Amino acid sequence: MGLLDVKDVNKRFGGLQALGDVNLSVAENSVHAIIGPNGAGKSTLLNCLVGKLIPDTGSVMFAGRSVLGRKPYEINQMGISRVFQTPEIFGDLSVFENMMIPLFAKRDGAFRMHAFEGVTQERGLIGEAEKMLDEVDMLDKRELHAGSLSRGDKRRLEMAMCLIQRPKLLLLDEPTAGMARADTNNTIELLKTIKNKRDITMCIIEHDMHVVFSLADRITVLAQGTPLVEDVPENIKGHPKVKEAYLGEAA
Amino acid sequence: MLGLGKKDLGLLAAVAALTLLAPFLLNPFPSDSSLAQFNAGYPDLMQRFVIFGIFAIGFNILFGLTGYLSFGHAAFLGVGSYAAVWMFKLLTMNVIPAIILSVIVAGLFALLIGFISLRRSGIYFAILTLAFAQMSFALAYSVLTPITNGETGLQIALDDPRILGVSATADGSIPVTHLFGLEMRATEILNLGPWQFQFSAGYYLCAAIMLAAFYLSIRIFRSPFGMMLRAVKSNQQRLYYTGLNARPYTLAAFVISGMYAGLAGGLLASMDPLAGAERMQWTASGEVVLMTILGGAGTLIGPVLGAGFIKYFENIFSKLNDNVLHGWFAFLPDGLENAVVAIIHPFVGKGWHLTLGLMFMLVVIFLPGGLVEGGQRIGRLFRRKRGSEERAAQQTPAE
Repeated sequence: MGLLDVKDVNKRFGGLQALGDVNLSVAENSVHAIIGPNGAGKSTLLNCLVGKLIPDTGSVMFAGRSVLGRKPYEINQMGISRVFQTPEIFGDLSVFENMMIPLFAKRDGAFRMHAFEGVTQERGLIGEAEKMLDEVDMLDKRELHAGSLSRGDKRRLEMAMCLIQRPKLLLLDEPTAGMARADTNNTIELLKTIKNKRDITMCIIEHDMHVVFSLADRITVLAQGTPLVEDVPENIKGHPKVKEAYLGEAA
Repeated sequence: MLGLGKKDLGLLAAVAALTLLAPFLLNPFPSDSSLAQFNAGYPDLMQRFVIFGIFAIGFNILFGLTGYLSFGHAAFLGVGSYAAVWMFKLLTMNVIPAIILSVIVAGLFALLIGFISLRRSGIYFAILTLAFAQMSFALAYSVLTPITNGETGLQIALDDPRILGVSATADGSIPVTHLFGLEMRATEILNLGPWQFQFSAGYYLCAAIMLAAFYLSIRIFRSPFGMMLRAVKSNQQRLYYTGLNARPYTLAAFVISGMYAGLAGGLLASMDPLAGAERMQWTASGEVVLMTILGGAGTLIGPVLGAGFIKYFENIFSKLNDNVLHGWFAFLPDGLENAVVAIIHPFVGKGWHLTLGLMFMLVVIFLPGGLVEGGQRIGRLFRRKRGSEERAAQQTPAE
């Protein structure tokens, strides 16, 4: 049993079978990539994991508990964080405040009426936020408006916001989509550091083969809503089925 | 001190000084001069400044922080007023129980309306709150007459029970509102040469409560709770995926701002113990939106400035009639005098809304951050000037 177990998940949108009998097991402390051509159902699958969509049938178990029917914030509180395709951050708040919010969420739960405490009194949390900002090289941007950051910085900030909650599972939805080569490489380096430094399990949805093969321990290839193959990267590279469904299409 | 940063403490001190000295500051013209009509330092108007300041501060906690635009906030003000007047009728003319009840009743009412309206956001939320407020207004005007006294408005009368007070005073008149014996209408008049300054007990009670309300709002703005509210405005999606539930946060903000409105309503009734349905009408709800945006939504001091600004216009500009204008321009030849008066006429007196509307448009177009942004820009302009002078001064010795 893995940290995340997806069993026989089906999802239908009208006449379209978006996911058909998806089975997937993500082992603890591994990086699991899900790849596949456009429309393969990668994002649908991810949305089923975080509570945005509810599968028609099947089960999704995380650390022994079902996530189905839970709200996104409840699933996050269980220990799953998500990085979006386009960075979702609090653009009107400062970089520092962006780091404080996940810390409060982690400590105080989904809602707490702390209207008479000062943010500045939370020395412990401030220290944690600054340490994390330092780790992603953004301490000098502490007071900037998060909305004014460059795309690459926004991505790093979003990842830092997810990591500071120390999630058991980090879901990444095309973390390098629309990035220049240099930014992509930076992101790969960042993810590698994260992987080596912490006990964390990652599940990456990605288009970019370069990213996938530099990071993943295991790869699942999805096509037309069903997993074609699941194997280690070396075996995926030359797999005829994959070539046909995915790499072949590109050639 | 007080759990505030240096800057916030300075702001609070400035507001405290302004409200305490308001009777002087608002009466700059000698009472026999022709400019005396611009004096705003009489108790009735000063009370309005601070009471509507409270209303706008509360509204800003919802709109300024979470971005949820409520178009029905006057309903809570009206409910607060009714609750206070009922307290005067049934219990005592002391204002404290009345104010407490008005805050509680408005809070419960806000909980109900907020619980339903906050299922939607944006324009739908605004329409839902507007619908609720108009419903309350219509009900208060008609079906609920036994509670609200319909068109006439709820007033205190000689035959009210007033369990803890007296139904009528010794000389047979209706008792007045008081704070443990200190009558709210009590006013000290200070004559300094041609100047006349009025110090009213009612005003100072309202001012003290406004300062407390302002202090509370600063604390909320600087708290983790306030930060969450700003996060709601900024990105709800991220908030949900960060493990936070936006609903209880917005509902709490809605109830708090409803309680502020109820407090304002209770104070209005405490200064003048009557309550009418028109306090709940949508124009009244629109007015607080205007105040907040004009002053600067999301800023601490903005709503107070906006409230003062609009109430000043409403009470002072609207009193300028043609006679006054003719008086001002009497030095011009007759034809020209009439022409000038005719041009200005639509903007003053009953036409004060036109001036206000134009100013509102100008502020929204050129100063989206409201009067506060205007102040900041002027501040920056001066600092830049001083900065360049300093640079010039530093360069001179080098020559």
